[in-house]
Amino acid sequence: MPNYLVEVIIENKKLAKDPEGETIYRELINKSGYDEILSVRSGKYLRLNVNAQSKNDAEKIVYKMCNDLRIYNPVVHSCKIVAKGNIE
Amino acid sequence: MRAAVIQFPGSNCDYDVLYVLNKQLGIKADLVWHRYFRHNNYDFAILPGGFSYGDYLRAGAIAAQSPAMRELKEMVNEGKAVLGICNGFQILVESGILPGALLMNDCLTFVCKWVTLQVSSNKSSATTLIQKDKILRMPVAHSEGRYVNEKHGIKELYENEQIIFKYVCNSTDDFNPNGSMENIAGICNLERNVVGLMPHPERASESAISPQCSNDGLMIFESMIEYSKK
Repeated sequence: MPNYLVEVIIENKKLAKDPEGETIYRELINKSGYDEILSVRSGKYLRLNVNAQSKNDAEKIVYKMCNDLRIYNPVVHSCKIVAKGNIE
Repeated sequence: MRAAVIQFPGSNCDYDVLYVLNKQLGIKADLVWHRYFRHNNYDFAILPGGFSYGDYLRAGAIAAQSPAMRELKEMVNEGKAVLGICNGFQILVESGILPGALLMNDCLTFVCKWVTLQVSSNKSSATTLIQKDKILRMPVAHSEGRYVNEKHGIKELYENEQIIFKYVCNSTDDFNPNGSMENIAGICNLERNVVGLMPHPERASESAISPQCSNDGLMIFESMIEYSKK
């Protein structure tokens, strides 16, 4: 069975202020003149190596794991799961 | 009556709680390593402050999945009193026993200072002996104490009188130390036997070591004992 790289990105929902993202934007990006960048949201990133039949299966396994183990808090976080492809 | 103070790897307010229960209130309390905690042996339990598992992923998220928390849920279902202080509150929230989330403080730093609290409800295991609206002084010491919930979640907390402690203004200082929604410092579950709060009552239980001779925290532990007599 092949291995797949799966990325998990956890981000605060709109209702939960993101003071880290706001500070990075206000104190670093905005003050340095990058006017094209309009906002920043910070988050948490997990990179998983998953043994599965297919890319789709790899995503399903990680989705189940994230919900079973509360990798994110559904009240305040959104969680994006993306399988990137076969790892040789 | 017997109480358990459950220790996780990283707990560091455990001995303070034990001292209050054993020495100040004369209750038989055991320090219980999380792996050995069995709910049948105890009348009430306290999850102390500090850290757990390095607070990796999110504060309390890893401890929330431990077998000790399965035991604790049995205790909660039996209606026994449970108190989570600081990291203990974070564990209760992450395990879904209490609603909402505790996120990084608004100021992005660790906050360690004395705060003023108002007892918003005395209908809980931790406030049964305290008058409603009473003002208490206690210290906070945390990085992730900003209480957040969805709009309907906050509405439900109000409707069910689940907000137990609120930060209130005592001077010109910022009275809300972390940016918590609705100035929430502590809440309870629907059944009212489980309470979580960010401030540390165990550090405000002996007037000799309190800057304003406050021993307000003691009333919270006394309330738990009273509640457990029922």
